[in-house]
Amino acid sequence: MGIDQIQYIFSGLSLGSILILVALGLSIIYGLAGIINMSHGEFMMIGAYTTYCIQQLFILYLPQAWLDMAFFISLPLSFMVAGLFGLIIERLIIRHLYSRPLESLLATWGISLILIQIARNLFGDLTAVKAPAVLSGGLQIAEGLMLPYNRLFIMALTVAVFICVYFLFQKTRLGIKIRAVTQNRNMSACVGISTKKIDMITFMIGSGLAGIAGCAITLIGNVVPNMGQTYIVDSFLVVVSGGVGKLAGCVVSGLGIGIFSKIFEVNFEAVYGKALVLIFIIIFLQYRPKGLFPDKGRADE
Amino acid sequence: MKKILFKNLSTAYIAVFAGLTVCCSGGGKKSQEKQEIDDNAVEVGILHSLSGTMAISEVSLRDVLLMGIEEINNSGGVLGKKIVPRVVDPASDWDLFAEKAKELLTKNKVSVVFGCWTSVSRKSVLPVFEEYKGLLFYPVQYEGQECSPNIIYTGATPNQQLIPAAQYLMSKEGGEYKQFYLLGTDYVFPRTANTILRNYLLSQGIPEQHIIEEYTPFNHQDYQTIVSKIKRFAASGKACVLSTINGDSNVPFYKEFANQGLSASHCPVMAFSVAEDELRSMDTEFLAGHLAAWNYFQSIATPDNLQFVENFKNYCKTNNLPGKDARVTDDPVCWSYTGLYLWKAAVEKAGSFEVEKVIAALSDMEFQSPSGPVKMHPDNHHLAKKALIGKIRADGQFDIIWETDDIVVPEPFSEFAK
Repeated sequence: MGIDQIQYIFSGLSLGSILILVALGLSIIYGLAGIINMSHGEFMMIGAYTTYCIQQLFILYLPQAWLDMAFFISLPLSFMVAGLFGLIIERLIIRHLYSRPLESLLATWGISLILIQIARNLFGDLTAVKAPAVLSGGLQIAEGLMLPYNRLFIMALTVAVFICVYFLFQKTRLGIKIRAVTQNRNMSACVGISTKKIDMITFMIGSGLAGIAGCAITLIGNVVPNMGQTYIVDSFLVVVSGGVGKLAGCVVSGLGIGIFSKIFEVNFEAVYGKALVLIFIIIFLQYRPKGLFPDKGRADE
Repeated sequence: MKKILFKNLSTAYIAVFAGLTVCCSGGGKKSQEKQEIDDNAVEVGILHSLSGTMAISEVSLRDVLLMGIEEINNSGGVLGKKIVPRVVDPASDWDLFAEKAKELLTKNKVSVVFGCWTSVSRKSVLPVFEEYKGLLFYPVQYEGQECSPNIIYTGATPNQQLIPAAQYLMSKEGGEYKQFYLLGTDYVFPRTANTILRNYLLSQGIPEQHIIEEYTPFNHQDYQTIVSKIKRFAASGKACVLSTINGDSNVPFYKEFANQGLSASHCPVMAFSVAEDELRSMDTEFLAGHLAAWNYFQSIATPDNLQFVENFKNYCKTNNLPGKDARVTDDPVCWSYTGLYLWKAAVEKAGSFEVEKVIAALSDMEFQSPSGPVKMHPDNHHLAKKALIGKIRADGQFDIIWETDDIVVPEPFSEFAK
């Protein structure tokens, strides 16, 4: 295997890990509540702006030398802030729309437009997050092969986040309840699980995960009000082709889409590469309409 | 820490509702503001997106136009009449551009419209201006191949921006580059620009295999493979990138470029769509040393320009516009402002606000713009001006490192566009 191939596989894994990070929360919310959450990208944007605000606070109040810390402190904070926004929006709007996919699609799309315009009014366009010094530059593996640290960090972060989510779902009481409600809401309610509370918590966790993704993306992209729109379609692709609400499906399809996109991009132009990926997913869904890991979730009812 | 966070959140929450109320009441406000139009005033339209994706760029043009109108009104107006700006928001929606243009021309009966940024918005209003015999000043550099009798193009044509940039890179002082990577976002300007650049480079003896052309979709964020392609391309000889990457995609591109170990001294990127206003919102660390081709930079050190920049900053500060005196001028801002003054001069020369007479008066008109002397072409509706190359500084401004000796006559229909 040549250096070029390694580079492409690395690029694919990197893109895939970003997609997984964005799609995890979306997949959980979609699987549990049947909400097609078009505003998921905006929770990402909230995470990114949290990172920006923390950075500005550091610049204003703390010594220069601490600036690199800002990003790492932002990671948990963006989870919390995005989660809180998720909670507020769930309480105000989403909870009236469970199991009504079309209305939820329109309502969350409206929320996303409102959030974008609010971000634009509050922050304007004067935003840039400076990556910490430890994460700029890259690891020189061989002549002509450099693995940028920021991308390696995002991969590691994705692995860490995934392990946490997996642990939460498999090993904790809360996770078991969430899975129970995902599988059969009425039955769960009968055995005494407060499904409303579970809905709320899940939406919060899903939004918080988007916040972490947004924070991570400040390392490679920019912070603009409509940044979420760039990722929302791709992350839906990951969710749909992976199987709704399935964590493993999310990982496999995220990495698959990442690597295939990069392979197509190398051999064709980026524009056609994207189109080819879409065509492949459409064909794939003809044969496996419920994705890689089909499951009987509420969304199937 | 927790307490602070909570306070911030509640502020944000309040802001959400404040934002909502502003959004809802925005419509009503305008009608109240309707000023009395009498014989002592003339209405002009401002057709720039104030919301949606293009707002980030276009709002600055509205601001500079309002500033120019204030200046003109303070010094006695045009033909003794005060200018009343009629600002509409086409919201980055191409169909809405045409609707709003029609409204300005038929309902408000404005004498002139200043507006549009993207080519698609200009193409969408063009038939409206031709049908209702309106007059539009278009301030942005574009791909050429157009010359409407009802539009005055104050931005650069390909031969005033693209060709000089390529000439510079091939020249001795530019570094005698032999290989060119043409990279753009997939829409009409980069496609046409790259066709022109490719044909020009071929005509200058650059062999076919030393030119690569590549496009990415809008909002493309992942430049890993493209940057590694550039890296391999640059490893085989003296190479540079000619970039027509648009908007949001620039930051991820330059970041990836730096992170994979490429630098401006090794392989410079010449950008055609990155100006001071875009640089304000970017982490310029990764861009410093790279190049851009324009016809105006804020750093032009003439008294005229220093005054213009100071006025603009003051205007933004006193009117409490976002960014205040950290705001910057750039190429489209300069040509938008110049367009307004060209119109004023033409109206005064013609002694009339009638579109036909104003257009006739514009022919061959000379003007001292913030960028230096400019001259309207006798009949092709475009503006002759100097071409400049700037090097990006860490503070988001440019060092001007090269300029054409004289103003460049505009050629909207490039011989290289086929």
